[in-house]
Amino acid sequence: MTVATIERAPAAVPSDLVRGRGGGGPASKRVVAAYGFWIFILSDMVMFSALFAAYAVLQGNTAGGPAGAELFDLRNVFIETMCLLLSSYTCGLGALSAERRYPARFLVFAALTFVLGTAFLAIEGMEFARMVEMGAGPSRSGFLSAFFTLVGMHGLHVTTGLIALVYLVAQVIAKGLGAAVLRRLLCWSLFWHALDIVWVGVFTLVYLMGAA
Amino acid sequence: MNGGDRLYEDRTPGVEEHEPTASYLSYTAGLGLAIVATIGSFVVAQTNLLWAPGVPVGLVVLAFAQMGIHLVFFLHLGSGPDSTNNILALAFGVLIVFLVITGSVWIIANLNSNMMPMSMQ
Amino acid sequence: MLGRLSWDAIPFNEPLPLLSGAVVGIVILAVLVTVTIKGWWPYLWREWLTSVDHKRIGVMYVTLGLVMLLRGFSDAIMMRTQQAIAVGGAQGYLPPEHYNQVFSAHGTIMIFFVAMPLVIGLMNFAVPLQLGVRDVAFPVLNSISLWLAATGALLINLSLVIGNFARTGWWAYPPLSELAFSPDVGVDYYLWSLQISGIGTLLTGINFVTTILKLRAPGMTYMRMPVFCWTALASNLLIIAAFPVLTAAFVMLLLDRYLGMHFFTNEAGGNQMMYANLFWAWGHPEVYILILPAFGIYSEVVATFSGKALFSYRSMVWATLGICILSFMVWLHHFFTMGAGADVNAVFGIMSSIIAVPTGVKVFNWLFTMFRGRVVFKTPMLFSVGFIITFVIGGLTGVLLAVPPVDFVLHNSAFLVAHFHNVIIGGVVFGVLAGINYWFPKAFGFTLDERLGKASFWSWLIGFYLAFVPLYALGLMGMTRRLQHIPDPSWQPLLLVAEAGAIVIFCGILCQVAQLYVSIRTRERRLDPTGDPWDGRTLEWSTSSPPPAYNFAVLPTVETIDAFWQTKRTGRAAVEPAYEAIEMPHNSPAGFITAFFAVIMGFSLIWQIWWLAVLGFLAAATVVLIAGWSIEREHEITAAEVAQMERAR
Repeated sequence: MTVATIERAPAAVPSDLVRGRGGGGPASKRVVAAYGFWIFILSDMVMFSALFAAYAVLQGNTAGGPAGAELFDLRNVFIETMCLLLSSYTCGLGALSAERRYPARFLVFAALTFVLGTAFLAIEGMEFARMVEMGAGPSRSGFLSAFFTLVGMHGLHVTTGLIALVYLVAQVIAKGLGAAVLRRLLCWSLFWHALDIVWVGVFTLVYLMGAA
Repeated sequence: MNGGDRLYEDRTPGVEEHEPTASYLSYTAGLGLAIVATIGSFVVAQTNLLWAPGVPVGLVVLAFAQMGIHLVFFLHLGSGPDSTNNILALAFGVLIVFLVITGSVWIIANLNSNMMPMSMQ
Repeated sequence: MLGRLSWDAIPFNEPLPLLSGAVVGIVILAVLVTVTIKGWWPYLWREWLTSVDHKRIGVMYVTLGLVMLLRGFSDAIMMRTQQAIAVGGAQGYLPPEHYNQVFSAHGTIMIFFVAMPLVIGLMNFAVPLQLGVRDVAFPVLNSISLWLAATGALLINLSLVIGNFARTGWWAYPPLSELAFSPDVGVDYYLWSLQISGIGTLLTGINFVTTILKLRAPGMTYMRMPVFCWTALASNLLIIAAFPVLTAAFVMLLLDRYLGMHFFTNEAGGNQMMYANLFWAWGHPEVYILILPAFGIYSEVVATFSGKALFSYRSMVWATLGICILSFMVWLHHFFTMGAGADVNAVFGIMSSIIAVPTGVKVFNWLFTMFRGRVVFKTPMLFSVGFIITFVIGGLTGVLLAVPPVDFVLHNSAFLVAHFHNVIIGGVVFGVLAGINYWFPKAFGFTLDERLGKASFWSWLIGFYLAFVPLYALGLMGMTRRLQHIPDPSWQPLLLVAEAGAIVIFCGILCQVAQLYVSIRTRERRLDPTGDPWDGRTLEWSTSSPPPAYNFAVLPTVETIDAFWQTKRTGRAAVEPAYEAIEMPHNSPAGFITAFFAVIMGFSLIWQIWWLAVLGFLAAATVVLIAGWSIEREHEITAAEVAQMERAR
């Protein structure tokens, strides 16, 4: 992503009154990139909302097959949730280290985030495999299709995020913590926190309400 | 952009502009609160702490609380004038999410209730 | 090895698709050969295919839309002809399994590959210029969006000659669109083509919302933005809000078809109405995505060609935002008859009636703008006046349909077909044609021929009424949509009138083609040396025609609405400003190459050539990763070069 803005201040600086109402001229690259990524995340939330809606509508359609209460292992869900939450924390600390130009610390926190994210995926993968093995795969019923798609879509986003993290860490190692790399790390951490927000919805609506 | 312009410089979501201790504090406080909310959710769902019909409500409240904790402590979404665009975008997103989910659930429930009784599901 | 693909996929025994495919193939080949012989590839690659300039991207979008209009319109005239002759005992020339593909392709192409590219193209061209900035927020993403749209268009056109298209109508409702009832590749063509171009559209939404909210000239507060930029903002907010819902619905249908899931199947707990619900939760905002920029174009054109400021800027802005929000609260009116109770129908019916109010506000504002103005009836203004009359009629029939008991009689009848063509042609098409005639001189440096422009307007206007007013009557007489054979001979006279209307519209399209050809050949007579051929009000008219790559040598400082009008009236002295160096983004092949691999991936997924699909996906992902690696993405135009270009104006 590249941004065609001017970096220097314009010749005629508008008054404070005008700047307060949006007349301050083009924003900096950092603000533009972060805002654009924020809008992307909101659009992703809308997509998840459609999948949540499908789940809500289909959760009773078990077609004679197993329902959530029989399938969900809440201990694993709790561990997964803690892994993801902690990874959000380490992501935040990593972002701080990067902003303050401490590359070594950043790499440590990035590695921790990666490990915690991978742990989340591993547990989720095992859960999915267990369910498929007992005949409760996504093609068993409408309920299971919705479950696997909603939770699986979140998992796919986590996977993509981890691949992107590796890619960005490579950029940090190759190019250091310059302005452009920092912008990209900022966007990545927005993404990672948003995924944890979606997970709050998933474990509440799907697992806790489903198992109750 | 110098310090004098900072008043009207838009805040980027996710960026913490204050001193080091305040930032580590914000993330750690957020983590602590989120852990409490998570444990709270699991407890509410699995014990008799809440009156049974109130469990879904409790879960929803805790979920929204935790989302708010993430937004404030991890994403640094504030209420100052520089965050207005970010808050408006979020509000728009929340509105659409609300309309899609509640609209769909209401409509499909209504349609389902008008279906002929089925001999087997 | 090749999945489901075999020589059987090519319709050797079906003359119509084979012949039309051959003709299109020959045309494309001729174009490619000409370009090669004349040695234009380096120029095309450097200046257009890898361009990240919003002006060039806008022109390419509009070109895509106009070319696809020819395809979509040929589907239309095929349907009209079939309906005109297949009455009573006659069977016509299009068997049902083809007719069904034709009406499905017609709707899909017109909405996704004609209307959307045209509207997005005009927003691309004009919005950054109107905002007084150099480009959109994310120029490389902009290029990717364009080429992904082209990918979708290519895939749909391939379905004509390799395999077949969906026979489900342009919404692809399950269970008809499920594997059990559509086992061939048609629905897969539909789903993958739209899913891929949908990514591009979503990126456009992100790009423009960010641009409009974060990149404006100094001094341009929100309430000093041109109305077209407000409508572009509303439209792109709707893109962000609605397209993800369509993506999700298509993902679910794809999972049903490819992995045997049960979202919408008849058995194992599927719920077909959920697809319809999600589809229209996208589908209604979609039509507002199309019409809002058209409204913006009318606001600009009516003000400019009445020589007056737009009446009540504030209420225009609030009406736009009102339409934006309300458009997400009416979607059930597309399926009133499909089982909802009276309470649900009533709520959505009332909301659908309410949404007509802000549009009414806009119509009155346009009329009051014209009142006591000095109206100049050039082609853009003719389309605007034609729009006001035609769209109001279409909107009124829409409010009629918004009443559930009425809709129970008229749902999916020819009346409905007349209504939505009324608002789309009268609203979107007229708006786009007005916008093309309005901004063409800015893009190319010479105006379009006026006489042929007027001829195309009158043909479209008369043709539209001839083609669609009979359908209102036919709908009330009981005719449904999508009929391959007409059971009631008393309908034939009106269908013949409708056929005549289609032919008149065809004349309108011919006039447009002629207009382009003639205008280019005689361009020396209609050059635009000042950059301001219409005595315009907004900032784009302050640049040269065409503008330099950087749009503005110095970003203007804005003090009022209609910033350029203000500058002209206060007669600023021609003092040369202090030029500074300008940073402009490099061209990028990322968009074009990603789209190339997206075509391969899409085609392979449709035909289930798994190894090729994986390769295509990995290649596209690699392109994105390579493009995302670089930091040095801009080059500098020095102050001296800027000064030189400005003095040469």
